Amino acid sequence: MSEALSAKLSLSDDELFLGHKACAGCGGSLAVRLALKVLGERTFVVLPAGCMSAVGFLYPQLAFGCNAIISTFAGTASMLSGIAAAARALKLRDYHVVGFAGDGGTADIGLQALSGAIDRHENFIYICYDNEAYMNTGVQKSGLTPLGARTTTSPAGRVAAGARSRKKDLFEIVAAHGIDYAATATVAHTYDYIRKVEKARATVGTSFLHVLAPCPTGWGIETDQTLEVARGAVDCGLWIQAEYEGGHYRINKSTRRFKPIAEHLTSQKRFAHLGKADLVAIEKERDGRWKRIQRLCGAAGG
Amino acid sequence: MPSSSLASTMQSHFISGNEAVAWGARLARPHVIAAYPITPQTVVIERLAEWVAEGQLGSEFLHVESEHSALSACMGASALGARSFTASSSQGLLYMAECLHYASGGRFPIVMMNANRALALPWNIYGDQQDSLTLLSSGWIQIYIEDAQEALDMTIQAFAIAEHADVLTPVMLNLDGFVLTHTYEPVQIPAQEAVDAFLPPFRAVSKMDLEAPTNMGFTAGPAHYTEFKVQQHRAMLETTRVAAEVDAEFARRFGRSYGGAVTGYRCEDAEVVLVTLGSVAGTVRDAVDVLRDRGVAVGMLKLRFMRPFPAHEIEQALVATRAVGVLEKDISFGHAGAVFSEVASTLAGAANRPVLLNFVAGLGGRDISRADVEQMFVDLIAATTQPRERVRFVNVQETNNV
Amino acid sequence: MPKPKVRPFVRPSSPKTYPVGPCFMAGHLVETNASWRSQRPLVTVELCTGCQRCVRACPDGAVLRVGTGVAIDYDFCKGCGICVRECTVQAITMVPERGPNAV
Repeated sequence: MSEALSAKLSLSDDELFLGHKACAGCGGSLAVRLALKVLGERTFVVLPAGCMSAVGFLYPQLAFGCNAIISTFAGTASMLSGIAAAARALKLRDYHVVGFAGDGGTADIGLQALSGAIDRHENFIYICYDNEAYMNTGVQKSGLTPLGARTTTSPAGRVAAGARSRKKDLFEIVAAHGIDYAATATVAHTYDYIRKVEKARATVGTSFLHVLAPCPTGWGIETDQTLEVARGAVDCGLWIQAEYEGGHYRINKSTRRFKPIAEHLTSQKRFAHLGKADLVAIEKERDGRWKRIQRLCGAAGG
Repeated sequence: MPSSSLASTMQSHFISGNEAVAWGARLARPHVIAAYPITPQTVVIERLAEWVAEGQLGSEFLHVESEHSALSACMGASALGARSFTASSSQGLLYMAECLHYASGGRFPIVMMNANRALALPWNIYGDQQDSLTLLSSGWIQIYIEDAQEALDMTIQAFAIAEHADVLTPVMLNLDGFVLTHTYEPVQIPAQEAVDAFLPPFRAVSKMDLEAPTNMGFTAGPAHYTEFKVQQHRAMLETTRVAAEVDAEFARRFGRSYGGAVTGYRCEDAEVVLVTLGSVAGTVRDAVDVLRDRGVAVGMLKLRFMRPFPAHEIEQALVATRAVGVLEKDISFGHAGAVFSEVASTLAGAANRPVLLNFVAGLGGRDISRADVEQMFVDLIAATTQPRERVRFVNVQETNNV
Repeated sequence: MPKPKVRPFVRPSSPKTYPVGPCFMAGHLVETNASWRSQRPLVTVELCTGCQRCVRACPDGAVLRVGTGVAIDYDFCKGCGICVRECTVQAITMVPERGPNAV
């Protein structure tokens, strides 16, 4: 289901992430590009080791038009904290502080720093562009690689066929900190994503966006399929659009009937090896995740 | 020493080495302090936290969740042109090891106090110098402090050195764990106005700026990386000159000078010299005096800076020696102590070809007595006539004494 | 800045003239990405409704708003084809970059 065309957005024409060396069709770069149009040029950006920093900062080709710095892999949220603190101490005015980190840099090696930053109620936006593996180093399994996905460290072999563990519930983990604002989004649901970046921008305190950003290279799809596959993930219920605001969970897009997962998954080479039993397991895992988040939404919400 | 009205307002207090560092940091007015507790550094950050809570220090204090995050946060702050400070020790210092290289390569003039402490395993919270000496290649200026007054003064001087346009390199101030960090001494605490006059606000050269945006911390491939590293190395070499200038200016204003990268004690006519670093220098001076009273021409050379390494000053000081010992609290397993390795390589071409002995002592907080040091001088003198094992651990529990 | 320009790069002559530490002006570009393409999008201006879906969908910022329509920045278009997929009125088509059918 496509978005209403009447929702005309007036986005800045400024291109603050241009000339980067991401793969053709890269979902992650779209997440960065759109968010920076909302935040504008008076923004301090932090990116850890990962795709977006690797493609954007190879001297002398520097693709960020606003202030931007690469942090250590584990240190995105702590470098953001230092920047936020310095901006206060230096009495800077009219600026935003944002970090863009991948799934590995957020949910694995970066989780400690993120947790500490939320705990300290730091004033910045953290956007996790989730391409569901360590893509920059060549498609290795991360904590957010979904069940069954083939990666170079979770290959489809005879003994084990693809990732054997489920995706960490990153959104719930972050929300459980009592964060000021958190949301999930995709690079395809543009209006929804922009709205959530705007909410994050207006939040005083820490905000977190978990954005599904398909990777043609790592997922084994054509370069022009990026947005369609993101929509497919939502339509199959494999990606839940939700928000955590004012201490309450809210599901943005609920549907009674999900599209069948088989076609959506097997159209991606990383899932091509899945058999019937795998698909049943994935469906079961998806249903379990929906139940949990619906419980979190509670009787009043959802 | 010319006195100034500002200098004469200094007050004397009975405080520990840690408290002296805390005072130095407070007087330097860092914008951001981000630190994680670890014995025996804790008192430094506790004092700073108290002053912030009382409204006596206006710094932003971040309770980071690890040492890696402490230095990452300091780098973020420094990237905006803010002055930042942190402190750590042993396990924590090693946990942030990645960030040490990051900070020096990033040319962030952060000042960090390190409470020298033994490294696990086994676990040991007491003082030795393994932690910092393991990290000599991390690109940080390394200073070794002898007493509490120096701790306060050098904390202030460290910011002046680090932030100097010709340096722009982070500084690690090393204090022996417990022996110096927790020992109380009378210390003159300068007035805030005097320190403000000495240490102007940090004017960053490389920073992110809303009016002139930059991209920082970028990648440089094989075509460019070397030039950045050469630049970094040369800036480190400039530090010797800048540190001397800073010390001279500090002396002019506060009446105290610390003598440069190395300081000698009765070295001028010494035939046998013991080289050392940190607070044990006090014990060594006593031993030197005992032996001198017996008519033996010995001396001590204290290294205040390990980075940049004062090779020239060491060569000059030891040019007439017959035997040189290096007393240090670390060991590079399978070889020798780090300080000995560097002193020995510096003297490799020396015309006088002194005998060289390494005394590894004080590991894991084991005490070094004056008698121990006297024995080192005796061993050194004996070594000029008979060959001796080059690298020796002092006071090891063994049935056969080596 | 609205959009950085590609400029020629002269390598600094010595470590002294390199930037101090890895810090340099933002939005400094020395090359385009045009050589990546094996196919390129062509906009049929008459069909374009100005909805800007393609502008919002391009990962590289290579589809520009021009008047009431759009145009492609061929310096930075990598030829991924997302704009073609997103257009609901088929106003964009992909053609080969090289070969007999190239434009």
